[in-house]
Amino acid sequence: MSDDTLLSARDLSLSFGTLRALDGVDVDLWPGEVLAIVGESGSGKSTLLNVLAGRLTPDQGHVFYRDPDGHLADLHAMSAPALRALHRSDWGFVQQDARAALRMGVSAGGNVGERLMAKGARHYGEIRAEAARWLEMVEIDPGRIDDLPRIFSGGMLQRLQIAATLVTHPRLVFMDEPTGGLDVSVQARLLDLIRRLVGQLGLAVVLVTHDIAVARLLAQRIMVMQRGRVVEAGLTDQVLDDPAHPYTQLLVSSVLQA
Amino acid sequence: MLRVEHLAKDFTLHLQGGVRIGVLADIGLTVAAGECVALTGPSGAGKSTLLRCLYGNYRAAAGRILVRHDGATVDLAAASPRQVIAIRRQTLGYVSQFLRVVPRVPAGAIVAQAAMETGMDAARAATEAAALLARLAIPPRLQALPPATFSGGEQQRVNLARGFIGGHPILLLDEPTASLDAANAAGVVAMVHEAKARGVAIVCICHDIAVRDAIADRCFAVPAMQEAA
Repeated sequence: MSDDTLLSARDLSLSFGTLRALDGVDVDLWPGEVLAIVGESGSGKSTLLNVLAGRLTPDQGHVFYRDPDGHLADLHAMSAPALRALHRSDWGFVQQDARAALRMGVSAGGNVGERLMAKGARHYGEIRAEAARWLEMVEIDPGRIDDLPRIFSGGMLQRLQIAATLVTHPRLVFMDEPTGGLDVSVQARLLDLIRRLVGQLGLAVVLVTHDIAVARLLAQRIMVMQRGRVVEAGLTDQVLDDPAHPYTQLLVSSVLQA
Repeated sequence: MLRVEHLAKDFTLHLQGGVRIGVLADIGLTVAAGECVALTGPSGAGKSTLLRCLYGNYRAAAGRILVRHDGATVDLAAASPRQVIAIRRQTLGYVSQFLRVVPRVPAGAIVAQAAMETGMDAARAATEAAALLARLAIPPRLQALPPATFSGGEQQRVNLARGFIGGHPILLLDEPTASLDAANAAGVVAMVHEAKARGVAIVCICHDIAVRDAIADRCFAVPAMQEAA
């Protein structure tokens, strides 16, 4: 692997019973880069994301992460507290179901401030001010800071999850279908927001999506997965405009032109 | 600036029973700094395919695409995705036949963004984008709007501004004047002349013979291929 990657995985394999969810997968991600992993459900893309984020342990292969000091760590050899610390500060994870990621009985501001407190912030006024600033960043009226998320719409919940993830300034964010299950107009606004924040903050992102239009909009590079294997990978516009693998050709030709 | 050696490109259509379509074979082409070469040939000969290969949008099946980039010669056909991105940022500009942009972004911001990718600061990029768009007859009122609702000619002029603003040493132009009226086409001819005078190497596809004669130093006929068995 190259000596300046942020995240590198080699030869990842993972089976669930007789199902090969991952089969010899390599991944490299550089700082500030958005990598999309596309494929249909069951292709192994979410499994790959969870292995890369240290949430699942592969049967075979390694994931290496370079910390801000330049040290390379084997993710699955790290202690549980060290991995949790990474997830609290350097990393973020945005999942499709914001309700499962947020605490619905805690105020919007509390959900954002909680991650700051987990990282060690103690000054109540500063935490609240930072939470209000982040609500504004994700286009939620800071006047809603004391409202409970359970009265928020689906799009607002997803934006709140993004605020709660980015408030600690992670370098690397994992996103699992962040726009899935939302109305198209809500999805468009969310995509604009993600695109803007990723650019402004220089985030590295591993993005799992089944929607190749989302991949084209956000990602510089793309990996196409089918049955646990990467069947094609490269520059997003190359892979989508000049698909070589039969499965990629099927994916690209299946998109309706609006 | 640009040298193509033995370039080949074919497409295998797996969804159509694996039929293989050969488009380019053994293409050789050299373009010097300050030179403009026009690709010619009948429709379907592979002119746009060649241009897309030169931008790294289509992957070459064989051959080399040597580009002068950052003080060295790089083979675009063998470059990693990250190298291709760097080459496009600094060295290769491309004006496609049809504008394809991120939706909901105003025209002015699209062009300024292209300038910022070559390293210009935000304030200067905004100023230069506004000036270039105004030169291409896109008034400030339109610059503030996303181009989705623009006419074909207006979209093409936004596309041209985006391609020219970075001052890339190599420019690839696919039908730059196809949907423009005579006055706007003349403006584009002037911009191409200025780019050539700065030493920019240009490859273009241009069906308008008057425009082609005005900008091209020579033509390169893309040979039509025999249908592969």
